[in-house]
Amino acid sequence: MILPEKKQTDIVLSVQGLGVQYATAQGPVHAVSDVSFDVYKNEVFGIAGESGCGKSTLIRSLMRLLPDSSTMTASGLQYKGRDLLTMDDETFRKQVQWQEISLVPQSAMNSFNPVYRVGDQVIESMLAHRKMGKKEAAERAAELFDVVGLETGLLRSYPHEFSGGMRQRAMIAMSLSLDPGLIVMDEPTTGLDVLVQERILRRIREIRAEMESAIVLITHDIAVIAEMSDRIGIMYGGQMVEQATAIDLFESPYHPYTLGLNNAFPSIKDIGGDLISIPGSPPTLIGPLNYCPFYERCPFSIDECAHQVPMPKTVGNEHEIRCFRSGDAVDLRRLAKEKTTWRS
Amino acid sequence: MAILEIDHLSRHFEIRPGLIDRTFRKKSSSYIKAVESLNFSVEANEILGIAGESGCGKSTTCSMISNLLDPSAGDIRYEGQSIIGLKGKDLKNYRQNVQMIFQDPYESLNPRFRIVDIIAEGPRALQLWDSAEIMHRVTDMMQKVGLDPKKYAERFPHELSGGERQRVGIASALVMEPKVVVADEPLSMLDVSIRAGIIDMMKELQNDSKFSCIYVSHDLSILGNVCDRLMIMYLGQAMEIGPVEEVIRNPKHPYTKALIGAVPIPDPRSHRERPNIIGDISKPIDPPPGCRFSPRCPYADDSCRENFIELHTDDHISHQVACHKVKV
Repeated sequence: MILPEKKQTDIVLSVQGLGVQYATAQGPVHAVSDVSFDVYKNEVFGIAGESGCGKSTLIRSLMRLLPDSSTMTASGLQYKGRDLLTMDDETFRKQVQWQEISLVPQSAMNSFNPVYRVGDQVIESMLAHRKMGKKEAAERAAELFDVVGLETGLLRSYPHEFSGGMRQRAMIAMSLSLDPGLIVMDEPTTGLDVLVQERILRRIREIRAEMESAIVLITHDIAVIAEMSDRIGIMYGGQMVEQATAIDLFESPYHPYTLGLNNAFPSIKDIGGDLISIPGSPPTLIGPLNYCPFYERCPFSIDECAHQVPMPKTVGNEHEIRCFRSGDAVDLRRLAKEKTTWRS
Repeated sequence: MAILEIDHLSRHFEIRPGLIDRTFRKKSSSYIKAVESLNFSVEANEILGIAGESGCGKSTTCSMISNLLDPSAGDIRYEGQSIIGLKGKDLKNYRQNVQMIFQDPYESLNPRFRIVDIIAEGPRALQLWDSAEIMHRVTDMMQKVGLDPKKYAERFPHELSGGERQRVGIASALVMEPKVVVADEPLSMLDVSIRAGIIDMMKELQNDSKFSCIYVSHDLSILGNVCDRLMIMYLGQAMEIGPVEEVIRNPKHPYTKALIGAVPIPDPRSHRERPNIIGDISKPIDPPPGCRFSPRCPYADDSCRENFIELHTDDHISHQVACHKVKV
């Protein structure tokens, strides 16, 4: 996906045709298949999807944290022009992991070691990945706590003395420690109260404004992703079924799954509005994927959907979808608003 | 008439200091005041939402209403009769009429029971009907919650998806034909595309079988969609109650305003007023005597910190606010 307005040199992460398979007793599970996207400097790229859509597997493959039972394939994977596919593990760990690409893991609240002080853990992560003095690292840790709005005195606390929101902020501080070019956040506010969530999201926005990092934000919460992202990719059944700028995705969505998701998500602005669910459940993804993963639940599916994988198609500026019915978008949008359409 | 009246309900948990602190340092117990002087009522056939952050006492309130936990003070009246110290037939009757739907559909179903036995367990335990009648009602209820009895009756919970399990949880509550259903975060573990279906189903069932529902959640977007009335709690204290549209569109209490302002909106163009609340929620251990929100409230003065304020019991319908600074 090459775009004229955005400079090629601004691409921080470029993923092309990424696939991940897990070996299981029932056969290979195609957790992620043929996912391509670019992340640019200074932007938040949101990835949304439900459980089992492959979003966590996707970022694990980027961070090289996949289990042994999995195999990853890709036609291209570059970070700031460096080829990550051919890079050996040792170089990746020393030069890229955490220094260049850092991760705020899901349920970061439980990611701290309970028997070490939080500050020591932040310092340890810096010393492990970069040559620096302990004193320098301690100063940096204090600086980072300031950035995320924690008192520096808390560096000497243990994780159990922190609330969930504080732990999450400490984790974000840790991910910023080596000025990475890309921060991957996996469900950074899931399980937190709204007021705490609000504060963390505000911090993330400020951090993005101050630093030149790109952020990949992964969540199932459509409202959070709408507020935070510049561009959004919607994942379903291991594929990125639609990606577009945030505004385009909400105002002129193409993919039936995106349409359904918009119907199903309640908004506090729309009290008592009708919600429409998508009938059925996600595919198991066992065996070869030679069909559109959404076709069983899709009210607009045609014969082709069951026998062929729709290829990515550009439908507008920075707008790419995987659907055979992209030409009928106007009709589909109208029909998708009606409850009877979604009755299985 | 209100089916359920909650009258100055409180629940305190004692934290006893350790042996050494007790004997040598003469420390006395401190108290977690999880719920403090709560007043509200549930009308017949309405859905009352309770919202608030973790630790605000919503689950403790649910447990007391379900008679799983005894109140420290105050009263719960069901159809005019106090439920404190209910025994024998009356207790059995109450247990049938007030049912719970639990949060986690993965943990709340017995993994060794078949679906049909899970749903039939309640009626069998209380011997409500003879076994043929129970089976008839169970299959009927399975149909109503969208689980085909032929397909699902003999299955075990691990063979079901999260959404299907939550349907089983709802079926096993509703098969008792309750008058009040207490639902504690029933959708929080489910995916967005599945939630809407369960909300719809619950609304439909509520319309058909005419039960009242107390719906507890931290998700104001869902509460706005489901409830008739909404109550906001903070650290064990009720802050505001009223018709759901009123509370969300026109919040009066500073805390409600902050809470609603913090809810993200699924529209990239929308702008909302960001809350200006300072500090973090504390633990309700030996809280100050006045309004529990006063330490974080930008408008609080000495009278807020000194005087406790609560919602009234006598007024069931209108929009009420427990704030010294707000006149409704």
